[in-house]
Amino acid sequence: MPQPVELPSRFQVGPVIDEGHSLASISDKVGGIVLKRKTTLGWILGFLISFTLLQGLMAGATWLFIKGVGIWGINIPVGWGFAIVNFVWWIGIGHAGTLISAILLLLNQSWRNAINRFAEAMTIFAVMCAGMFPVLHTGRPWLAYWLLPYPNTMDLWPQFRSPLVWDVFAVSTYLTISAVFWYVGLIPDFATLRDSAKHRWKAVIFGMLAMGWRSSARHWQRYEKAALLLAGLSTPLVVSVHTVVSFDFAVSMLPGWHTTIFPPYFVAGAIYSGFAMVLSLMIPVRRFYGLEDIITMRHLNNMAKLTLTTGLIVGYGYIFEAFFGYYSADIYEKFMIVNRMTGPYAPFYWTLIFCNVLTPQFLWFKRIRTNPLILWIISLVVNVGMWLERFVIVITSLHRDFLPSSWGIYWPTIWDWAVYFGTIGLFLTCIFLFIRALPMITIFELRMLLPGARLVKEPVVQ
Amino acid sequence: MSIQPIDEHPLYGLMAEFESPGELVEAARLTREAGFRKFDAFSPYPIHELDDAMDLHDNRVSLYTLIGGLIGCVGGFGLASWVQAVALPLNIGGRPLISAPMYIPITFECTVLVGGLTAAISMIMMNGLPSPYHPVFNVERFANASRNKFFLCIESADPHFDRDATASFLESLNPEEVAEVAR
Repeated sequence: MPQPVELPSRFQVGPVIDEGHSLASISDKVGGIVLKRKTTLGWILGFLISFTLLQGLMAGATWLFIKGVGIWGINIPVGWGFAIVNFVWWIGIGHAGTLISAILLLLNQSWRNAINRFAEAMTIFAVMCAGMFPVLHTGRPWLAYWLLPYPNTMDLWPQFRSPLVWDVFAVSTYLTISAVFWYVGLIPDFATLRDSAKHRWKAVIFGMLAMGWRSSARHWQRYEKAALLLAGLSTPLVVSVHTVVSFDFAVSMLPGWHTTIFPPYFVAGAIYSGFAMVLSLMIPVRRFYGLEDIITMRHLNNMAKLTLTTGLIVGYGYIFEAFFGYYSADIYEKFMIVNRMTGPYAPFYWTLIFCNVLTPQFLWFKRIRTNPLILWIISLVVNVGMWLERFVIVITSLHRDFLPSSWGIYWPTIWDWAVYFGTIGLFLTCIFLFIRALPMITIFELRMLLPGARLVKEPVVQ
Repeated sequence: MSIQPIDEHPLYGLMAEFESPGELVEAARLTREAGFRKFDAFSPYPIHELDDAMDLHDNRVSLYTLIGGLIGCVGGFGLASWVQAVALPLNIGGRPLISAPMYIPITFECTVLVGGLTAAISMIMMNGLPSPYHPVFNVERFANASRNKFFLCIESADPHFDRDATASFLESLNPEEVAEVAR
């Protein structure tokens, strides 16, 4: 009979929620941020900065509609420029939200309950930003509906063997299912806000959003089943989305793109950048809203560990990209990797190695993982690194392909930057509105983590 | 304004309030054992033990999701095949018109899309939502059902319901309070 072994203290983990909370205090604290808290000066300032950035998108898109894609730096051979770099980057950021809300739910990781609402919101906003780029990049965005299969007088249909059409299906499914999953998760919390709202108009709005939810056991039973099924469907979905995005590259014949490692390497990179973005947003929010007792050190520690793990997978991808270049015995593949490391975009490549491979190595140390400020800085560096990775993948393969006579160079113009920073503005504006108007933590799932909430002590995976 | 219907049961039911999830589960079990069928429990978060105590085993959401997923699966593959083989056949070097492996991503995405939407919509519809009005909200303290209290409501539509007998039955379950639920 094996004896239970007392773990050494360094392996023991703290509670998911700090002690001293009850059902009522959890509801009041998280709900109170929406219902009672005054709009602070910090929020107004942050919102205004984000909203100003958003105007870059307005101006950039307007000028694009007037003049066409010629205002961007794209040319032949580099037809894919910033639009695709940013598309891949934003879509990747969304992936952490679905990982937290779906995969960690299936794996019974109860600590996810405190951060999943926020991460899912981030997913939806990031996919919104991502979806805009291919549409703008078509050059005639008002004809974007041609991407969809519908009977038309031209008698034309999309080519279903093309990864670009797969992208349309994957991204639109991803946005729809993420939004539905998010709304389903919000229903019981809307009911909480409806029942504790002091103002009539707030109660009416939240009441309509809650659809008359009355916490009935008969409802909960179906609700939990539907949530589990949505999680089960979202899990392969999230893996498929960035796989399909990587197919945009891997199915083509270009050196540096035509590799089998792309799907897993893209998915790992997506989750890596997503966790970095969750940390970049969560650390300040947790501080400003005093949520340290709900989003505890344990959450930061776990997310840092996941960032490190996926970062190592991404590092493995870089090593094997270089190795494949050498091992392929193909002069174009070899040239591509040499050009990437020493060509005109070499500074981008080495900065990306610094940001994505060297910086996360600090996360091996628990003292760094549990220091919010340093963790926040590392997460920002990783965000920049992942953006550079997308840039290097898209640009270095395109600008020098098989024939030296068709080589070219690409530099973004001010309009590229305006649209890019504009989407960052859109993303942050949505985040600010979200934390003001909706409960940023799933209240009802948090209740289940309280001591005494579960009747039978279920095995908790740490 | 709608005309108030004349109803032979002006009372919707009787509601008991409990302090803890354990008391609610025990009360729900005893209520079921006493022969009541038209009753419901209310809690701020899902309690799995209630499913057994109240004999709730509705698996239709799973079934509908499976059916929805299969429809999406067949529909996605069918759409791609029909477009490439019938609506717009393109002969590219004699390659097959129905090239199944290339249609898998579309098939998969359509499976998830229809399956996921079915899961959410069937759950909402089977729960009878949206329902802006429900008699249980007439009990003032019921607002706490979404906060920190646990409730059990026996409906007057139950054949065993008797205003006085049921009230004393609920009192015997050791609740915080028993209240009448107006219709």
